[in-house]
Amino acid sequence: MTLAVFFGCTFIAFGPALGLFLFTIAHDPLRIIILIAGAFFWLVSLLLSSLIWFIAVKASNPQDEPLQKGLLIFGVMFSVLLQEAFRFLYYKLLRKAIEGLVALSEDGCSPISIQQMAYVAGVGFGLMSGAFSMINLLADALGPGIVGIHGDSQLYFLTSAFMTMVLIFLHTFWGILFFHGCEHRRWWEIMAVVVMHLAVSGSTFCNPLYVGSLVPSYLLMAAAAAWAYLLSGGSAQNLWRFLLCLRSGASPQPRS
Amino acid sequence: MTELSAHLPQFQHGQLTENFPDNHLSNTNDNSERRRHDNSERRRNDNPESETNGQPQNNIQQVVEQDEEEDEELTLKYGAKHVIMLFVPVTLCMVVVVATIKSVSFYTRKDGQLIYTPFTEETETVGQRALNSILNAAIMISVIIVMTILLVVLYKYRCYKVIHGWLIISSLLLLFFFSFIYLGEVFKTYNVAMDYITVALMIWNFGVVGMICIHWKGPLRLQQAYLIMISALMALVFIKYLPEWTAWLILAVISVYDLVAVLCPKGPLRMLVETAQERNETLFPALIYSSTMIWLVNMAEEDPEAQRKASKNSTYDKQAPANQTQNEDAEADDGGFSQEWQQQRDNRIGPIESTPESRAAVQALPSNSQTSEDPEERGVKLGLGDFIFYSVLVGKASATASGDWNTTLACFVAILIGLCLTLLLLAIFKKALPALPISITFGLVFYFATDNLVQPFMDQLAFHQFYI
Repeated sequence: MTLAVFFGCTFIAFGPALGLFLFTIAHDPLRIIILIAGAFFWLVSLLLSSLIWFIAVKASNPQDEPLQKGLLIFGVMFSVLLQEAFRFLYYKLLRKAIEGLVALSEDGCSPISIQQMAYVAGVGFGLMSGAFSMINLLADALGPGIVGIHGDSQLYFLTSAFMTMVLIFLHTFWGILFFHGCEHRRWWEIMAVVVMHLAVSGSTFCNPLYVGSLVPSYLLMAAAAAWAYLLSGGSAQNLWRFLLCLRSGASPQPRS
Repeated sequence: MTELSAHLPQFQHGQLTENFPDNHLSNTNDNSERRRHDNSERRRNDNPESETNGQPQNNIQQVVEQDEEEDEELTLKYGAKHVIMLFVPVTLCMVVVVATIKSVSFYTRKDGQLIYTPFTEETETVGQRALNSILNAAIMISVIIVMTILLVVLYKYRCYKVIHGWLIISSLLLLFFFSFIYLGEVFKTYNVAMDYITVALMIWNFGVVGMICIHWKGPLRLQQAYLIMISALMALVFIKYLPEWTAWLILAVISVYDLVAVLCPKGPLRMLVETAQERNETLFPALIYSSTMIWLVNMAEEDPEAQRKASKNSTYDKQAPANQTQNEDAEADDGGFSQEWQQQRDNRIGPIESTPESRAAVQALPSNSQTSEDPEERGVKLGLGDFIFYSVLVGKASATASGDWNTTLACFVAILIGLCLTLLLLAIFKKALPALPISITFGLVFYFATDNLVQPFMDQLAFHQFYI
């Protein structure tokens, strides 16, 4: 345990998200607010789903292990659905906000586009989700102890960190996909996001068989990344040009 | 309390320079007083411009109309920036408090209670404990109400010296005594050997620079840092000495009181604000955090820029009085000192005014003239009492929650969202608003919900390593 594990896991889990935050969100106050509001919406969805789970658990027999596990699985699925529902609600709120911003702006266009909001909202959801999963673990990692001494997996902290990282990325991409689907009324995109989320959460039921959860999650993340990139206007050509620019020494224009 | 400050150019100096007449009531020893100040500040915005007397008013009114639309856009455009300008110090204060609570065990150790909360919570039955905490909260709130009324009375009868003295004594207490205790406890925690001479030098320097920055002039960032530090120190004192149930009850009751005191017409703070406005004075500004200070560039009526600027926020009546006081003037003093400073220095018997000479002298000072021209420099203010109670909530959450970091994080996000909503309301209603109710309500709801509902769920999920 100790500091090495703590810092290692922190940076694995939150490093990319921190990079995203610092380079794309931190300079713009409006984006920071959207980020925090996204985190808040995720939190509310978690609260409601925990409430349902809590009621279910209190109403059931605490000694019955399989039942408790079943209730937990039900809780997870319900929570996923509720998170997506809140993502939709947040989309609605942001739409209204854009209308307000447009009305109040001098030149009739909003200072931030719905795609940017989608990205920031996704990061907000992801960060909060990651924080809630990871923070207590990190606090415990600072203290004394031996991981897996009772026969559990020794890779607990490491896999948790990787899972958190992939979830943060996934939430970001899902945000983009979801909002795009809502904007263009493509319900199948929305359904795809919900199904992906359920699949990722479902895959974690195989833990501690990490190959069953981490590998599919990373594959899904790659797929979602490619899809979100294409939806945001990217293409293989753009990517090629971007890489070429790098090689030729010219500074590439960052996409905002 | 928060207010979008008008940006009337002001002297840059340690205190809030706004044109709010009531900057702070100075009861320093009582935090709530500080809070009250905030409330009063908040309140100031309520009064319509019609209260300003004098000619700038007409100009203001004309400009108001044409600026109103622009204002609408501008408030929202600037709204996001102001929200962040408050997020950062509130976050810093909370981070300091949580870091201290987590590392220094002194502040979570039970060493008795304040005299304001005489009933103990270590009772045999839950009912007795509930009753004791209700009584404690009632006593604390009554103390706060009494102090606020005392302050209003003192202010009404122009006992400025008393108020000023009170303010100075309480800043002294915080900056020297409480920080000495804090330093001592930090050294104990980290087992650092230290001699009294070094500590004396450190505390002396810290305290004196703090007094200067807060009550007189100093770099803006340093003053903001000191205000954050004293808020954190005060919050730590509350966290240490308030027993659990009492603390939650006090938080709840204080947000209700805040709401009532700031918005009801007969509230003591509202009366304070109105009195200050009648006299065209600013109150003691030592207890409000301001996100920006603007160098005084031009306060004269002759300056159309400044007026337009002033009138941009003219819905805040403070601007008008400030405008006015700047026009007439009585002090032939050096223009290098701010009105606040002069206020504090003299016994005020009338509105603060600056002479053309003093204004000219100030204009001759090196100034950041862009800021007065730049509407983006408009600042927003939040009372220190709000900082303190936000930090008390988050600190208590981190100290006593079983959910630990999850609960702390949830309360933190809830408070930030509450602050954001309050600022949004401020931008919409353009009048002083209480900053406590929304944030504290969200904070309390999230604390209890996360601690009791979310924590068991997350625990089970972490145990099985499921991810939602």
